[in-house]
Amino acid sequence: MTSVLFDAPGPRAKRRSRIASVIVIVLILAGVGWIVYTLAQPRESGGITLPGYFDWSRWEKPVTDPEFWGAVGRGLLNTLQAAGIGAVMALVVGVLFALLRTSQSAFVRVPTTIVLEFLRGMPVLLMMLFILLVASTGAFWAVVLALGLYNGAIIGEALRAGINSLPRGQREAGLSLGMTRLQTKMLIEFPQAFRQMLPIILAQLVVLLKDTSLGYIVGFNELIRTTMNNLSSFYGNRYLITLFIITLVIYLTVNLTLSWVARRIARRRGGRAPLVVADGLATGSAVLVGSTTLTGAAANPEDATTE
Amino acid sequence: MNVVIDNLPAYIEGFLQTVSLLLMAGAGALVIGTIVAAMRISPVPSLSGFAAVYTELLRNTPLTLVLFFCAIILPYLGSELPYFWCAVIGLTLYTSPFVAEALRSGINGVPIGQAEAARSLGLGFGQTVGLIIFPQAFRMVIPPLISVLIALTKNTSVAGAFFVADLFGVGRELANANGNAVVAVLLAVATFYLLITIPLGILAARLEKRFAVTR
Repeated sequence: MTSVLFDAPGPRAKRRSRIASVIVIVLILAGVGWIVYTLAQPRESGGITLPGYFDWSRWEKPVTDPEFWGAVGRGLLNTLQAAGIGAVMALVVGVLFALLRTSQSAFVRVPTTIVLEFLRGMPVLLMMLFILLVASTGAFWAVVLALGLYNGAIIGEALRAGINSLPRGQREAGLSLGMTRLQTKMLIEFPQAFRQMLPIILAQLVVLLKDTSLGYIVGFNELIRTTMNNLSSFYGNRYLITLFIITLVIYLTVNLTLSWVARRIARRRGGRAPLVVADGLATGSAVLVGSTTLTGAAANPEDATTE
Repeated sequence: MNVVIDNLPAYIEGFLQTVSLLLMAGAGALVIGTIVAAMRISPVPSLSGFAAVYTELLRNTPLTLVLFFCAIILPYLGSELPYFWCAVIGLTLYTSPFVAEALRSGINGVPIGQAEAARSLGLGFGQTVGLIIFPQAFRMVIPPLISVLIALTKNTSVAGAFFVADLFGVGRELANANGNAVVAVLLAVATFYLLITIPLGILAARLEKRFAVTR
């Protein structure tokens, strides 16, 4: 697409583009340089002069301490554990919601729709606080349950859209072979819907991992709480930015790897995203957006996620 | 229930704070996101490269960390903004790549023949994008953009945990103060959030139906 928008650059355009590139690079470097320079300045606080941030003394104590890395590792493990259990729960809840939402009986369908809208329209953080205070489950289960329910609602809607986009003949064929409605749904429709919506579901699971960081607020000792709260009070506030940088690097590594894996799986196994997603699908959640691209080229699953 | 009625002014104040966070950060994210999307499709490689890196990095950082950046590192760099504006900056930064991606997928959704036709008529890059591609992409992009705003509404609650007295912050204080009525207090908070998200969702569905183009 992009290449159609402009001609292959000639010598003059090439020169101009090169000049623009140089200017942009200089500007970016200047910005980064300014931040680095400011951080590197020595700083007075409370009568003591602290050395600049890139002085080894601001890193040495935590970085050379094996206990420190042990604590960081436990924090990361907690994050991954919450994300793992939450993901399994989200998938189960998602299938359940999709099943109830497409039920024949309005007595099942309408209440499910209301619950779904409610879950999707309210912040996950509020849900965590609610579960923590009302059900007194402890912080870990508050995080896991809230993430499971919220993302389950979103995955459920994605699955429903996948089912709706299947050709009607699939269901009719199943029924005419003598399968019950439930059998048709579980054996014929779900596998196809799941496959079709795989990019969106995987992207949502990456979002789920990112959202475990909200555990910081409800008091669950995941990675951010471990580093920015526990370890920073243990080692002292002078290491706060050091800890921030370490946390950021760990998160980016984990998330970028996972996004990359998700993208690869989606490209290899996933069917093409449906050309037109059913009406109302994009409401309430931001997740399903990417699949509305009409090109049908297996949209980058990451395009779809917002939270 | 009485707790909710007694504290209605506090709720309304929190609600207004949430709405102003939403409006400020939403406007900021739309502006920055549009700039980033324009850079992403531009012919200059360094611009598109920068836009790609910006998008990937911010999208893979948890909002909590972005807000930490605004609360801890910005003061270190010399800003003396109050928490509210720190939260606005954080939410703007976090939301902008999602806006950019929504815009980009809208632009990618315009059939390639449109661009080819425009180019073969002799229109330049600016004309093709401005007169042919963008007007068509715009209508496809509105529902996804509303979804981004809905997500932003929900994300403002994270700012509430960082000392901004928004709806979530108010709810948390009230829940701590009224241990016997936690359910009512928090359900009221949820209702206020739904007051924003559900109408936006309905609007998105409407517009999507309205703008659906048969090609």
